[in-house]
Amino acid sequence: MDFELDEEQQALREAARSLLSKRYADFETRRGTVADAPGFDRDTWSRMAEMGLLGLPFTEGDGGMGAGPVEVAVVAEEVGRVIAPEPFLTSVVLAGGLVAATGTAEQRAELLGGLASGESLVALAHAEPGARWTSTAAGVRAEQGDGGWRLTGVKEPVPQGAEADVLVVSAALPEGGTGLFTIAGDADGVTRNGYRAPDGSRAARVALDGAVATPLGEAGQDQATAIAAAYDGARVAAAQQAVGAMQVALETTAGYLNSREQFGVPLKRFQALTFRAADLYVAVELARSLALWAAMVHADPDTSAEERTTAATRAWAQASKAGRLVGQEAIQLHGGIGMTAEYSVGSYTAHLTTLDHLLGDARHHLARLAATVGDHAEVDPLG
Amino acid sequence: MRLQLSEEDEAFRAELRTFFTTEVDEGVRATVRDRGELTKDQIVATHRTLNAAGLAVPHWPVEWGGKDWSPLRRHLWHEEMQRACVPPPLAFNASMIGPVIAAFGTQEQKERFLPPTANVDIFWSQGFSEPGAGSDLASLRTAAVRDGDDWIVNGQKTWTTLGQWGDWIFTLVRTNPDVKKQAGISMLLIDMRSPGVEVRPIELIDGGHEVNEVWFTDVRVPGENLVGEVDSGWTQAKFLLGNERVGVAPVGATKRVLAQAKEWAAATRSGDGTLLDDPHVAVRIAELENELMALELTALRVVANSADGKPHPASSVLKLRGTELQQAVSELVVDLAGPGALAFGTGEADSDLPVWARRSTPTYLNLRKASIYGGSNEVQRQIIAGTILGL
Repeated sequence: MDFELDEEQQALREAARSLLSKRYADFETRRGTVADAPGFDRDTWSRMAEMGLLGLPFTEGDGGMGAGPVEVAVVAEEVGRVIAPEPFLTSVVLAGGLVAATGTAEQRAELLGGLASGESLVALAHAEPGARWTSTAAGVRAEQGDGGWRLTGVKEPVPQGAEADVLVVSAALPEGGTGLFTIAGDADGVTRNGYRAPDGSRAARVALDGAVATPLGEAGQDQATAIAAAYDGARVAAAQQAVGAMQVALETTAGYLNSREQFGVPLKRFQALTFRAADLYVAVELARSLALWAAMVHADPDTSAEERTTAATRAWAQASKAGRLVGQEAIQLHGGIGMTAEYSVGSYTAHLTTLDHLLGDARHHLARLAATVGDHAEVDPLG
Repeated sequence: MRLQLSEEDEAFRAELRTFFTTEVDEGVRATVRDRGELTKDQIVATHRTLNAAGLAVPHWPVEWGGKDWSPLRRHLWHEEMQRACVPPPLAFNASMIGPVIAAFGTQEQKERFLPPTANVDIFWSQGFSEPGAGSDLASLRTAAVRDGDDWIVNGQKTWTTLGQWGDWIFTLVRTNPDVKKQAGISMLLIDMRSPGVEVRPIELIDGGHEVNEVWFTDVRVPGENLVGEVDSGWTQAKFLLGNERVGVAPVGATKRVLAQAKEWAAATRSGDGTLLDDPHVAVRIAELENELMALELTALRVVANSADGKPHPASSVLKLRGTELQQAVSELVVDLAGPGALAFGTGEADSDLPVWARRSTPTYLNLRKASIYGGSNEVQRQIIAGTILGL
């Protein structure tokens, strides 16, 4: 039983923190970065690649570092602390994770190699209008003709959908099931309309009109299970990313209560305010505990697929709930300044809101847990 | 980071589990399982069973029966007891006065008091709170005045838990009214059979008699019953209250009740199915399970990483959130009982309702105390805000 990072993991954290906190030391820099397309800093992305962060979870054979979920969570926390707009979670963990799980050796080498080196941005186009947080596709359909596979339909929202060099697209297969395909971002039959997500990151509507697509992995295979597993992996990383963001939002809020004067005294003299800050600390620590645990469960080669899903669900349900509380209270405790775009806490709240809806909110995940409460007597984190 | 227990700790846990489920009286465990009230005999007998096996005071110095366990092993010991419905060793003896005497007492006091304290040959009561000194404990006014070698004590204590069963009471008394309030306090051990000691029951909202007022009228206490130096009692009080907070988040017991609550929900008809099929009930249970798991993991983080003796900053979360969840689960149970929650005043013979339903309201009402004692949850928030957030 040990919740401390080992020396290598600490070194990884220091390296990631040094790079990201240096780049985004000034909140105005982040504001400037997200103001213009592609919504993140290409130079920082390249540095992350040089440091090995973009290939972190992939095998060395696929051009990666061969690290695990704990290391991914370590980096995700650092991303969260400065709400770095670089798409580590959506491109590396989510899209990359799905390619690593389903691609052929050649596809992995090409797609993950390009992703890890920072040369090629990969995005997962899975969400569809009219559906939420499912592992299947219905709105985009795949057909097999003389010229191979073609996809038709709309994906939205697609994180980094307008900027990605390669889209990994899920689609309903003719024989049933959900298949996965890759499409070049600029291929014929692909129309992309990009926009800003609440936290300044980029998403897009991607319309496919008979776009020529390459099956990812074995053609015609139902990949719904792999899609669900990739989202679970992203939830574990996102839980830690949210903890990083919450931690800084809380520290910023405590700093404000310490320094801001009203009625001739610092705000911290008002117990109504300090008690609320204490409750935020409790929420962050509880979310951190489940996030650390979930990363350990995912890192353990002996856990079952079901245990991994449950761990991700538990961690993200807690982080989602805590994220709303911390985000809302951070703004409230700041008063009007918390509402402004030039001050940081509002953007932290917007980021937590974005994660919440990317990966499914607490209500969604608690409903999943509720469906199985009768299957066990107690929950034991030690097994 | 490592998720599993080591093989040694796993074996340790299994051994404890076997002991608690086979060596402790089944009647006692059934009473705890049914959320009933334990008798003095049950509390004492269980404590002595544990003491005979070396499991009553593992956190004491080894010389006096301690085990020198790691914080993780202490945690496992505590959790397994709760899991097995074993009432923990009497806290006044094992967690409060025992460690204080071991740390601050004279050699004579240790030899005289520690063995009978470990075995509950002395049933201790705690005499700290007063009507005017609750969370602000240092405002206490019960006075001790020198008379030769002895002290003469006058005043009133309150919230003395199980004081009706107490043989001795450890008290904080004011020995110097002329200095800063923390600096004029001493700790005295008082035989409750001394002339001038009177115990008066306080009836609580759960209908039970758990706490008392203790009045002192010209009570003569031998000077040798002073623990530590004169006017140094605040030091011992802080030491004791620090110990009190350890293990104050009853995660194991709350988990066990929540697991039972699911059985009770599944056995109660509602609509076309059972209460467990009610989506609102199921989500409420799922959410409590997740919160409890987050708390249990936080407790594990604290014990796993406090080996160097320094408390983990997150430890302040445990009392606050632990009692909130304990209360939330008792609230769930009283809601599951529904109309059965009205069976407040029934005995064993005159109700067809299950015991858990009959006990649901007294337990729910009784547990409102959890966020008040041991440093109220407002005090805990103050600690978090002040020492962790710097507010």
